[in-house]
Amino acid sequence: MTEGGYERGQQEVGKAANPDINEAGPKNTTDDIGAIPGTQGGGSAAATAQRTAGGGRSEGRGDGRGGRGGRRKRRRAEEQMVPDATFTSYYGRPVVKAAPWEAAIPLYLFMGGIAGGSSLLAAGADLTGRPALRRGARIGATGAITISLAALVADLGRPERFLNMLRVFKPTSPMSVGTWILTAYGPGAVVAGAAEVAKLLPVRFGVLSTLLDWAARPAGLAAAAIAPGVASYTAVLLTNTSTPAWHDAHRELPFVFVGSAAAASGGLGMLLAPVHEAGPARLFAVAGAAAELAVEHRMERSMGLSAEVLHAGTPGRLMRASKALTAAGALGTLLVGRRSRVGAALSGLALLAGSACTRFGVFEAGPASVHDPKYTIVPQRERLNRRRAAEAAAGQPPTGEASPPAQET
Amino acid sequence: MTHGDPAHQGGGHARVDAGDGHLGLDQAFTSAGPAGPAAHAGWEAPPSRKGFFTDTSICIGCKACEVACKEWNGVPQDGIYELLGSSYDNTGALGANTWRHVEFIEQRTPMAGLDTGITIGVPETAVGPDVLVSEDILGSMARSVHDKPLVDLGMPAFDLPSASPDAGERTEFRWLMASNVCKHCTNAGCLDVCPTGALFRTEFGTVVVQDDICNGCGYCVAGCPFGVIDRRIGQKAPLVGHSDKPVTKNAGVAQKCTLCYDRLLDDLTPACAKACPTQSIQFGDVDELRERAEKRVADLQAAGVMGAQLYAEDPEGGVGGAGAFFLLLDEPEVYGFPPDPIVTTADLPRMWKHAGLAAAGLLAAAAAAFLGGRR
Ligand code: SF4
Ligand code: SF4
Ligand code: SF4
Repeated sequence: MTEGGYERGQQEVGKAANPDINEAGPKNTTDDIGAIPGTQGGGSAAATAQRTAGGGRSEGRGDGRGGRGGRRKRRRAEEQMVPDATFTSYYGRPVVKAAPWEAAIPLYLFMGGIAGGSSLLAAGADLTGRPALRRGARIGATGAITISLAALVADLGRPERFLNMLRVFKPTSPMSVGTWILTAYGPGAVVAGAAEVAKLLPVRFGVLSTLLDWAARPAGLAAAAIAPGVASYTAVLLTNTSTPAWHDAHRELPFVFVGSAAAASGGLGMLLAPVHEAGPARLFAVAGAAAELAVEHRMERSMGLSAEVLHAGTPGRLMRASKALTAAGALGTLLVGRRSRVGAALSGLALLAGSACTRFGVFEAGPASVHDPKYTIVPQRERLNRRRAAEAAAGQPPTGEASPPAQET
Repeated sequence: MTHGDPAHQGGGHARVDAGDGHLGLDQAFTSAGPAGPAAHAGWEAPPSRKGFFTDTSICIGCKACEVACKEWNGVPQDGIYELLGSSYDNTGALGANTWRHVEFIEQRTPMAGLDTGITIGVPETAVGPDVLVSEDILGSMARSVHDKPLVDLGMPAFDLPSASPDAGERTEFRWLMASNVCKHCTNAGCLDVCPTGALFRTEFGTVVVQDDICNGCGYCVAGCPFGVIDRRIGQKAPLVGHSDKPVTKNAGVAQKCTLCYDRLLDDLTPACAKACPTQSIQFGDVDELRERAEKRVADLQAAGVMGAQLYAEDPEGGVGGAGAFFLLLDEPEVYGFPPDPIVTTADLPRMWKHAGLAAAGLLAAAAAAFLGGRR
């Protein structure tokens, strides 16, 4: 896998150790970050940004997005969670950069979730003799993974170099791991989907069709074996960044994403399969929706300060829509999913839409949390202050860095 | 995939836990073996690690480094005559087209808080010779300052304090200037997350993008804890045929400081350090620079500049010590630096574990759905 000089920069995950201790609970974000001595002191990020007219190169990325109403709501959220957070920044400009990703990436997350969940449903349907559910789920998975891959490639700065992803395997890069997961998953999903499409065609292609029919089950099962990875790695893709709202969600986001995947693919199954076959799809969808809603709630508690962006502006609207649609879809599934084909289809659509809103909402939260440097600076400043205090308490002589700048009058 | 044993690695580096699970180096993916990051990355008998010590206390904000970097590396312009209207800094931030960035911080802070030992052009802040650094690179400069009449080097100020009778009292402004650059981290987030291997560790321990490998996925942009690297926007060369539009070099590709890899290979000093007229940017072997930096910060603190602190240099810090570190006169966030950066991959084993659990949960849910749906 690595030859020549180019790959020398990689690191091996096996050489690293990460003591998985102290799964931190909810972070305390209500500390008052006072003005730092010797600097211009506080002022909320909004005030700083206003003072500097949103200077820097970040204009157009979320500034003013959400309009007045959004800003008011955001102020309210700020007041609730961090009454007096003041901090210093460089003219209110972002400290970290948001990934230059556009709508193609949340689409890729959404479609990846549908594909992963659908392959599982297809395999189950195959093994338990539910041909209609199997057909819908296999074709759905194939379509979704195709769109997902196309979106991923389209979002590259140099799409023609997509295959460079396959030069290396790096466990430290979720995008690398994900590319290999998709590479392993894709062929099985596509063969299983193609077999279903071939059966729908009025003509048969002789031995080719026979071969396809024979290969469909092993291919579908192979895809299903990797499908959970397809649905979950995308969470790590987002959380393994310096983007505050994404990184802070790293404990729960994989569970939110697989829940969302189950809800969406279950919804698709309910949409495509008749009611008497769609029982497992309904259960899958309801379980997924419940998990997504519950864990998402927990995530907002554990994220700390950056959870704010999930309540404001565009991400806030998307997350609210996601919760409403997912809850409505799950409720509809429980109430009418078993009785009415139309009711099942509508519930399925609501679940799909809810999952899409989750992906777009979580995605949009990333750039929003980058745009306001507060989310980068305040938690780090708190951490630094805590560490300095702990070091001082532990009797270590405070380093020069720890002493505050002299204040003279 | 297997991961390292999630238990503490030995080593006496354990830091005081700040209460959120971040413990510093031994929790991170460490690129720094005892032999340094280049050896860790597989280079055999690499040369000594190269880097920068940027001493912002003597930066005069001339932007020579910014210009020299653009010139040497052929970095395209960001825009024409953009004025940000916030300070003398009209560049704004590091990015694909800004590999060195000179920052100007204007503070309403009494000048007395800023005795840097630098007296050029600001007679009132002159400090006694006993305070001035006599041995290091500043020595000769400081001495010459005292031998010669003071000259105005064009320090940016609204009113040069007491420069003219009309200037009146000294204002309460102080200026901080800092030349920002890629930190060439020991544990580099950009390098860790790059899925193509376009980013690599050079034999000098630096982190460089290979323009012809990068496919512009943009992951490194979000991976960097300092907001350094970015994807270049511009007109791409057509895949086939010829285009009449002017093409931007490396458009769509991630770009950042290379620590002048080409110059290092020829034993030359990087362009920015070469151009710096005050030796604010000092280039050299990281070990030696670190010693110099520690001495300098101690001297400044002894001289009463209590805000003086080293930034990103600590090998036990969140990025394992940077190849390019800084002496700051105020807290890092004042300069737009993250106060306590930790490489994102420090949490990655835990992330993979949670993703694995979530995947297992999904599989179990699917199985249960079919078993339960049997009824
Ligand atoms: S500062 Fe950012 S771009 Fe530079 S090496 Fe570190 S992570 Fe990479
Ligand atoms: S944009 Fe290029 S250098 Fe950055 S992570 Fe992607 S392939 Fe690597
Ligand atoms: S080392 Fe070279 S590439 Fe890096 S900032 Fe200096 S001149 Fe630019």
